[in-house]
Amino acid sequence: MTVESTAARKPRRSAGTKSTAGKRTTARKPENSEPELVQLLTPEGKRVKNAEYDAYVDGITPDELRGLYRDMVLTRRFDAEATSLQRQGELGLWASLLGQEAAQIGSGRATREDDYVFPTYREHGVAWCRGVDPTNLLGMFRGVNNGGWDPNGNNFHLYTIVIGSQALHATGYAMGVAKDGADSAVIAYFGDGASSQGDVSEAFNFAAVYNAPVVFFCQNNQWAISESNEKQTRVPLYQRAQGFGFPGVRVDGNDVLASLAVTRWALERARRGEGPALIEAWTYRMGAHTTSDDPSRYRGDEERVAWEAKDPILRLRRYLEASNHADEGFFAELEAESEALGKRVREAVRAMPDPDHFAIFENVYADGHALVDEERAQFAAYQASFADAEGV
Amino acid sequence: MAAEKMALAKAINESLRRALETDPKVVVMGEDVGKLGGVFRVTDGLQKDFGEERVIDTPLAESGIVGTAIGLALRGYRPVVEIQFDGFVFPAYDQIVTQLAKMHARSLGKVKLPVVVRIPYGGGIGAVEHHSESPESLFAHVAGLKIVTPSNASDAYWMMQQAIQSDDPVIFFEPKRRYWDKGEVNTEAIPGPLHKARVVREGTDLTLAAYGPMVKLCQEAADAAAEEGKNLEVLDLRSVSPLDFDSLQASVEKTRRLVVVHEAPVFFGSGAEIAARITERCFYHLEAPVLRVGGYHAPYPPARLEEEYLPSLDRVLDAVDRALAY
Repeated sequence: MTVESTAARKPRRSAGTKSTAGKRTTARKPENSEPELVQLLTPEGKRVKNAEYDAYVDGITPDELRGLYRDMVLTRRFDAEATSLQRQGELGLWASLLGQEAAQIGSGRATREDDYVFPTYREHGVAWCRGVDPTNLLGMFRGVNNGGWDPNGNNFHLYTIVIGSQALHATGYAMGVAKDGADSAVIAYFGDGASSQGDVSEAFNFAAVYNAPVVFFCQNNQWAISESNEKQTRVPLYQRAQGFGFPGVRVDGNDVLASLAVTRWALERARRGEGPALIEAWTYRMGAHTTSDDPSRYRGDEERVAWEAKDPILRLRRYLEASNHADEGFFAELEAESEALGKRVREAVRAMPDPDHFAIFENVYADGHALVDEERAQFAAYQASFADAEGV
Repeated sequence: MAAEKMALAKAINESLRRALETDPKVVVMGEDVGKLGGVFRVTDGLQKDFGEERVIDTPLAESGIVGTAIGLALRGYRPVVEIQFDGFVFPAYDQIVTQLAKMHARSLGKVKLPVVVRIPYGGGIGAVEHHSESPESLFAHVAGLKIVTPSNASDAYWMMQQAIQSDDPVIFFEPKRRYWDKGEVNTEAIPGPLHKARVVREGTDLTLAAYGPMVKLCQEAADAAAEEGKNLEVLDLRSVSPLDFDSLQASVEKTRRLVVVHEAPVFFGSGAEIAARITERCFYHLEAPVLRVGGYHAPYPPARLEEEYLPSLDRVLDAVDRALAY
């Protein structure tokens, strides 16, 4: 940590904690008062001390802080553009990450290039951190492919739609990493809903039994479509780790610094051969589950308003401004960059061609299959049967 | 070792041993496959010789076994996983159908999942429920999977070699009632491609098509029919997906009659697909409708009833008679 930020942080700690407790009068319950919740930045943008996790962000520079801010802003802009594109009929569906930027950017930036990421279908911010071009994420939502990017290009696996399946893939991959004697780690993303899936519990157990270098990163965004946490679990999710034999931590998922620190901790211990860890990032899905969902049927607006006060981008901006780490020029430049990204995404999606009809038969098998060949030929003959009619 | 007589289970064991020896990326995993050597001893001695890192005793969780095998394959390994019994595969069905089968296509060909899922299958051993089923059609319906099943020791050895070398996921159904049947295995000569059927008995009057445990029964039925002056051809299909319709067609065009035999229920079974396609391909050659002999649309019965449920010599011959009566 720089001298500058240490100085800025010290006097604020007690005051920041107090004001946090005092201001959250509209929240349905004081989530941040959870004694276990790791928080380094309060919603007001005050840096608070944490004896265990400060060490993981001590060396962070103003430049890196601005980088985290930029990542979150651009991710949110991309996400908003995708939502708009769905409304315009350019995408069939979109699963927005609005509100979860800090959990994703913090954890995503904690990964090393040789680490491997297994996402759900909402990890647009993590994809951004891994260097996946955002337009690549949109193919499946437009309906031109079912994934399509090369997972090994950025060590970022395909989006997984069946809930929780990827936790096992991540664990198996991590078992392979350990077999190879590599010192990289694997991170599996999933949500509060997925915590109810057997595959997630099986992944926890396999990871523990084989001491696999995998970090389970659960974004608890409070809602699995219409079902609240109370419908998924009777114990705080991070506490489940204990029963499997590895540590679990609940972090303020709207605090990018805390998400970064806790994920660094978990990845580093995995790399050291200390096995899996579970991180529960306490956050909120500000929007609908997907563009097909209508949250007004199952939750009130007051909850969203309360979480708005804990916005991940706003709190880092407050911190950057209060500590003079960013000036007006930075924010203005970022605004322009953000608009340019929106434009680029918009144009790329509109220019995305429909796939060739024969793509149906492509890559069904790596080594080919007689039936696929036969049906492709039948399809070709059927299509060709219209050629004469069209030619006339 | 060039040619040696060995039991079918031993042939798979030798094949796995050879794969572990020649490819450091091959790992064997499953419940009790290590110290115990598997409940059928198919993996006997492998952990002792290749260690716990290569031959892995897993927690008792089928979805976990296949799900982590997918992860290992993504990392570059070639896992051969064992599902202990046919009826225990269903916890893994989701991972097999939604993940294992589709990932190659979803990645537009960039990801390959060379995973072999071994499943001892079929009845006839007097087992308790969930230990005698034949779920091959439930997998054959899924694009992205290949499904093979050997009927003899030599095929068991070589088809396992070929399945492990395949870049596609292969469901390898092992006819557990034939595990102890001995046959000649030549470990130096590949008998043929993985997905090609084989005529195991030439005939002129009718084709009996089968795979896995039913091939032997069909050979016995052909012997019995020969005593009555009927000359039956027996085709060992060997692969359920892809299915070698060219060989089927060639045989049916010669014999003009087809009876398909499998232990699985006939309703929506592989015999139904064969009947439909052979009817299309050989309509003017057929002298009789394609008949099927298989399990009934009922849960697999208790062991003391299984002989009534499973295709038997007489049930096969009954179908042969009915086909020849047209």
